Parts: sequence; C-alpha cells; structure tokens
Amino acid sequence: MNGKIHSIETFGTVDGPGIRFVIFMQGCTLKCKYCHNRDTWNLHSGTTRTVPELIKEILNYKSYMDNSGGGVTVSGGEPLLQAEFVTELFKELKNLGIHTALDTAGSLPISQQIKELLKYTDLVILDIKHIDEKKAIHLTGFSNKNNLDFARYLSNLKIPVWIRQVLIPKYTDDKFDLQKLKKFIDSLENVEKVEILPYHDLGKFKWKELGDVYELENVSPPTEEDIKKAKLILEI
Amino acid sequence: MKFEQWKNFNSGSWENEINVRDFIQKNYTPYEGDSSFLSDATERTKKLWDEVLDLYKKERDAGGVLDISEDIASTISSHDAGYLDKELEQIVGFQTDKPLKRAIMPNGGIRIVEKSCSAYGRKVSDKIEDIYHNYRRTHNDGVFMAYTPEIRAARSSHLITGLPDGYGRGRIIGDYRRVALYGVDFLIEEKKKDFDNLAFNNITEELIKEREEHQDQILALQELKVMAQKYGFDISKPASNAKEAVQWTYFGYLGAIKEQNGAAMSLGRTATFLDIYFERDLKSGLLTEKEAQEIMDHFVMKLRMVRFLRTPEYDELFSGDPVWVTESIGGMGIDGRTLVTKNSFRILHTLETLGPAPEPNLTVLWSTRLPKGFKDYCSKLSINTSSIQYENDDLMRDYWGDDYGIACCVSAMRIGKQMQFFGARANLAKTLLYAINGGRDEKSGKQITDKMLPITSEYLDYDEVWEKFDKMCDWVARVYINALNIIHYMHDKYCYEKLEMALHDKDILRTMACGIAGLSIVADSFSAMKYAKVKVIRDDTGLAIDYKIEGDFPKYGNDDDRVDQIAVEIVKMFMNKLKKQPTYRNAKQTMSILTITSNVVYGKATGNTPDGREDGAPFGPGANPIHGRDTHGALAVLNTISKLPYKHAEDGISYTFAIVPKALGKDEKSRISNLTALLDGYFARFSHHINVNVFDRKLLEDAMEHPEKYPQLTIRVSGYAVNFTKLTREQQLDVINRTIHETIR
Repeated sequence: MNGKIHSIETFGTVDGPGIRFVIFMQGCTLKCKYCHNRDTWNLHSGTTRTVPELIKEILNYKSYMDNSGGGVTVSGGEPLLQAEFVTELFKELKNLGIHTALDTAGSLPISQQIKELLKYTDLVILDIKHIDEKKAIHLTGFSNKNNLDFARYLSNLKIPVWIRQVLIPKYTDDKFDLQKLKKFIDSLENVEKVEILPYHDLGKFKWKELGDVYELENVSPPTEEDIKKAKLILEI
Repeated sequence: MKFEQWKNFNSGSWENEINVRDFIQKNYTPYEGDSSFLSDATERTKKLWDEVLDLYKKERDAGGVLDISEDIASTISSHDAGYLDKELEQIVGFQTDKPLKRAIMPNGGIRIVEKSCSAYGRKVSDKIEDIYHNYRRTHNDGVFMAYTPEIRAARSSHLITGLPDGYGRGRIIGDYRRVALYGVDFLIEEKKKDFDNLAFNNITEELIKEREEHQDQILALQELKVMAQKYGFDISKPASNAKEAVQWTYFGYLGAIKEQNGAAMSLGRTATFLDIYFERDLKSGLLTEKEAQEIMDHFVMKLRMVRFLRTPEYDELFSGDPVWVTESIGGMGIDGRTLVTKNSFRILHTLETLGPAPEPNLTVLWSTRLPKGFKDYCSKLSINTSSIQYENDDLMRDYWGDDYGIACCVSAMRIGKQMQFFGARANLAKTLLYAINGGRDEKSGKQITDKMLPITSEYLDYDEVWEKFDKMCDWVARVYINALNIIHYMHDKYCYEKLEMALHDKDILRTMACGIAGLSIVADSFSAMKYAKVKVIRDDTGLAIDYKIEGDFPKYGNDDDRVDQIAVEIVKMFMNKLKKQPTYRNAKQTMSILTITSNVVYGKATGNTPDGREDGAPFGPGANPIHGRDTHGALAVLNTISKLPYKHAEDGISYTFAIVPKALGKDEKSRISNLTALLDGYFARFSHHINVNVFDRKLLEDAMEHPEKYPQLTIRVSGYAVNFTKLTREQQLDVINRTIHETIR
C-alpha cells in the first residue's frame, strides 16, 4: 500500500531516543496558527512511497540506530491520517527489531485502525495543543477532546508517552493553564518525559510561500525566563 | 641493554635495529578509562600561553607575518637558538632565532621567496639573490625548464591546479620518534651500513641517486646534532626521560621544518610512543600527571607556532596559514589491543588547556572498537572545539598496518617506510566541459588539449558524453602524471628532503599521489543527463557556455544509488587511467578526493556546468555534495560518501560535516552519545574520513563582523582546521553557505 510522504530526515536526534530516521507524513487537518510545517497540511500533495521501499531505505541507517539506541519516528503532518500505512510500516519495523515512535497530536477519534497501529508503537510523542478546550479551538481550529482522549487511552494501555507542549507567549503560557496541564499529566500513568518546545518562527516563510497570512507575526519566541517559569510549573 | 637510557624497557628486536613499532608494541600501556585523570594547565603554561596569544595578536596586527629572516637561506642549523620565555618554556626550539619569525628556503624557488617577501614589504638579501639567480638552480626553475607545452596549457587553464612546482611538496613524515628512541649517533651508524649496502657491480642511475641521497641524509643527521647543541642539548644518545623524549622528537621535527617549506609538514604518530616514557617516569615517581600535561602543553604550543613564508597565491589555495602538523592519535593494534594511551588523551586535552586551535592537525584514528571513554572524550571535544578530524582505522589498518600516520589531511603512510610524491589535483568538472567542447576552454575559448570532436547535439546524451569524457580523462591523466614526473624529479634534484628521508628506512614505498576535484559536479551532471534533459546553450563560435536542465534528477549526497554509483564509476575510471601512466621512481599511483580550501578557487576558474552549477560558484569541498543539494539529512550524505571506494582512492576521501549543536541532541550527554554513534555508524560502512564541525551559523556571521572577539575560533575545512578569522572573506562565505545540518524543531 502507498503512503503520502512529505519528507525524510535521516539524522533526527530530538524526536525520540537516540538517532532517528524521521518520516514526515503529508497531510494534517488541524490548523495550528504556529505550525512550522505549514507545507505538510495539504492532504493531496507529497511523494508516494511504499512500505518495502521505505524499509529498504531505513535499513541503510540501522547501524546508526543500533549504536545510539535510536529507531524510526513517524511524524507529520498528522500520521494518524494514514494509520493503515503506518501500521504496515511499524509492523515490518518491529519484525526487524527497530524501535518505533509516533509523533502525533492524537487529533482523530480512536478507530480500530489506530488501535491496531498502537500495537506496534513503542513510544508516542504526544503534542498537547492546549489543555483548555476553547483556547484549543482558537489556536488549532478544533476541540482538544480527541487529543486528551488519546492521551488517556495510551495511559490505559501503558504505552510510553512523551508529552510535549509548545510554549507560545500569550497563547499557551498562562500559569493556570499550565497548572491544569500539570494536573492532567499527573493523572496519566505512562508519561516518560514532559518537554517544553519553545515556539519559534523559523517556519513562517512557508506560510508566505503558500500565500497564507501568518497570524503570529508579532509573537516573539519565549525568553529563557518564560521557559524556566513554565518548566517550574510542570516540574521538569 | 645497549643504552642506559633504555632502562626498564622491555626487550625486543627494536634494540638491535631501527624498529619503533616493535618498541611501542613491547612497551606501551593501553588505556581503557575515561578523561577524569587529566590535569588542568599549570600557572607556567597559562602564563606562557598568554605570551603566545600576545604574539599572535602582534602577528595579526602586522598583516599576518610578524617578521622574516630574509638574510639567511634556512638550513637545519642555520639559525641561532630562539626562545619565547626561556624561564617558562619546558620544550624549546624555533625555526629561526625568534618566535613566529619566518625563514626563507630558496631551494624550492627563489622567485616565490622574493614574491612572498615583497608581499609583506620585505626584500631578500642581495647575496641570496645573487646565489640563487646566478649560481644555484632551484626546484621551481628546474621544473619550468622541463615542462611541456601541454602541461603549461593544462596548468594555466586551471585544468590541473595546485601543483607543487613553485613550493615544497611536503607530505613526507620523518619518523621523528627515532631521534628520541635511538639518539642521532645510532641513526647515523645505521645509515652508514645502508650506504655500504648500496654498492653493486653495476652502478645504475638510480643507484647513484640513492648513494648521493644517503650521504645527504647522513650530513643532515650530523647537522641536526649541531642544531640541538645550540639549545644546549646533546642528542647523539637516546632520550633518558619523558621530557627529553618529547624534546628530542620535537628537535627531529624542527630540523625538518627548518630545512623544508613543504605544503604539509606532518608530525606522524607520536603520542602513544611518548606515553611509554611518561608511564616510566610516572611509575618511578619522577613525574606527576600535572607535569606530564605541562610537557605536552608546551610541546603543542611549539607546534602551534610553526610558520612558513608563503605567497598570497598560495594562501588563496590553502587559506589560513596551514602547516598540517598532523598528529595521528589512537587506533587499534593488529593484536586487538587499543593504541589509545593516557597520552592520547593528553594531546587532545591541549584543546582545553590552551583552547581550540587549528594546529597541530589532531587526527583521531577511529575504530568502532576504541574504548568508550576515549570515543566520548573525542565527541565532547569536537562538540566544544570543532578542531578534530576522524579517519577510519578499521579501514586503513588493513592497508597500512598499525604504525601508519596521516600526512597532510587524509594521506596514510607507514611511518618511516613510505613517502609520497604529492600531486595536488585535476579538475574533473572542467575535464567534463572540455569533453563537451572538444578540448576548448569554456571561458577563454582557447584550444587547450589535443583537438577532439565536440558534442554538437542540442541535448546532451549520457552515453555520448561519457565516451568523450572518458577520452578526455585519458589526456588529462597522461599530462597530469607527466607534470608530476617532472616536478618530483626536480624536487629530488634541487630540494631533496634530506632530514625527513634520513628518518626513513633504506627501502621505501613511494606513491604518486594524484587527486581529483569536482566529483559531485560531474556525478550530478551525468545524473541530469540520464534522468532529466540537459539542453546546451552555445555561443556563436559553437562553444557550449551554458546548460538548461528540464526536469528533476537524483542528486549526489542523498544516499540515492542512481547518482551515487555514477560517482563511484568516475572514481574507478580515473584511477584506472592514472594506473596506466609510467611514474618517476616507479611510484605507485594513488588518488585522493580532496580539495582543501581550493574548492573556492576551482569554482572561480570553472564555467557553467551541466548540473546547473553556475559559472564561478564554489565546488563542494573534497567529496562533499554541492552546497544545499543534500536534502535528506546528515546520515544520507554520510551514506553517499561511504560508497566511494577507498581501494580506488587510497590517498584519501575527505568529507566535511557541519551541524548545529541543537541538531545533535537536546543536552550535552545526548549530543556526545549521538555523535559517537554517528561516527561508529559512518565508519562501520568503510568510509574514510570526516571533519566534524559543531557550530551555529550565527556565530560564524558574528565572527566575520567582529574577528577580534574570536581569536581562537577554529573550524574544520577540507582536511585541515583553520582559524576562521584567517580565511579570506570569500572562503568565510563559502563555509557559511555550506549545508549546516539543522532540524527545525
């Protein structure tokens, strides 16, 4: 079966443990205002690749993964939109003894297909878009219900999770929101790591290239101080 | 034991004949631990280093050259002793009577010396001018007397560039350790025995040459003793302790750099050898770790102060005043023990005690079996200083054993048993353009090679162009080796490296080390012909001057076999052509894929190429892809590079890598472990070399604007390290514009 791929990074070092072969899937339905991969939204573009093709390519990097305790991360876009393809890929990777990570916003309802995918997923890197539903809608165009349900579901299954919160001044840095987020994280039983990703505008140019308006034009990245405060609240 | 200085050493055949490797194997102590034993710089070291930094500043303020000894044609013993601070210096010796004062060595070429002097507002003394213009021929003069018209044409059109016809060829490593282990008298005795064995019934030209050379070598060794005497040392006998061992070894090296202004004057593989002396002194309580580090620090300070007088043209090719005091560190023995010792750590630690620096050119011989503590220490230093290059010991050990060293950037040679005739490189991108244009230069329109049939079709046809390219490579390989044969004949005749060769065995392997530039351009050009359409644009004389590419094509540097295998074919094809050429002294032909910083100059001299590269744009350095064409991340490029066959490029395959710290990992610990894993993974694929740079582009941009803030900012370029602020602005921009791997996260 075919998958729509946006791009590949052969030397990923931040999306999961060790050195990662990162596959960015094409297509996302969220409309995050701060998205730095705006060019991955379109559901119909991207390069078509098959699982055997990708496996062949991935195996070229196995020695780097083995030496570093790394593996393959599927990111996006929203990889859950192509759950069937990713399942097939992960199944094959597990046969080869390669660690699998899924970098997602959990923005879809949990389908049978997604449940199947999670059977072959060693780690989920879960973006919490916003802990507050209204603000989530404002920021991403969608409720955070699927997002949080997904987190709870993973907790029930005890699939290891890294929680991520993008820290955007005035959007996601409210003290009470962060406290609420901390409480939510504490209610989960599978969290291995919590990370703050400081907002940056390095993806801004992609919006302009696509003729879109970048709403966060006047938002600056958080200061070291802002990051420290947020980390204090999340106890990381 | 023959010498009392050998007390407590284990016996072996090394006692009766020159065999440094045997001495090392019988006596060294492998070290499997981490860096925690290391000591900081002593007060004495700090004070002395401050004095060096002060001198550096004076040198910069003076326009790059502090002083020139223009009255003395330098020889091993020509200058009086020079000191920086006699009270503080633990290791002594400068090339002239003052630190950073540059010597002149007119045997290579008097005009070069005159030009270099006048570039800095100085003048060679009348006496020396008189001698070298009227009585004594130089290497440079000899070469140009013998050059053929086609060599001159290939040279002036930049088809073959960087030839050592106007400067010392370098890339010869004397086994300087022999001076410490045996003392000079024993070395002279052995040379005399060798000389006696150079008598046969039939005296041939080669034999005459060798007999004369051996006498020269003996004279050089005698002169070396005189040189050391000026510093108050008697080096006729072996070194008796660690400090002497370092001093003796350095004296050997110092003699070589007083005699020769070679393009690359490398040190060899000394750290583990010296460790044996350090261990003996530490064990007997003669020395503390702090003192051991101090000796190494002071040794390295001296290596950082080696200077040669060179012309501005040379600087354009090899920018930043490089000397290539290459020291090879680590590796594994053929018996499976690691050759890493505590002293391997100490010499690397100088990057911390004295701060980063381009020299000595610290080269780690990497094996996947190196001790973890050592690997991680290397990675840590690379992340903090960008001053180390790595070469694959698991690969080279098969070829060169376990006592080889790197000369210059990537040229491996058995120490004391092998030398090379350095041959710079041929511009393959230009060769391709000549193939298309029937040997006419794409910029001047002049006929440079023999007249051949040009391509006349509107679109380039892969097979047709390949056939013509293959033929053009025949011409280039022949003219190239012809040039080298003349150069090395003349170099031996007028500028023989008598001290360096005195520290070699009698019978040595000579290689004719050719090189190529523009590999990625040629590979991408053929890929464009095969997978897209390349339309030729010609001027009214029919000369192809530009190319229009219709469609997309696989690009070198993305682990895509469709194009990477083309690159492999080019390497094999050109190497095979070199192998067919007869060579001076039957040297074995080898080839490197290395440009040093000349990728910028090559680019300037080469017109539009069929891969879409524009007239004047820099080549990728060494085996690198053209900037920005590698889009699949760092490891995809590494995999591409690892496909290039060392077997067909035994003089080395250079790859320069740059990454921002954040892209290596989130924190120091993960950065170190990821870099170690990257090196292990890369070298497990039989790759040869990598320069590792870890920096942010912003830092370099700031250093361009405010060089005074970054006196020690060091980066790795193709095969050597350089002080970033000493690069020309063009080269700085080239470095900044190169692919610096970063992930947006």
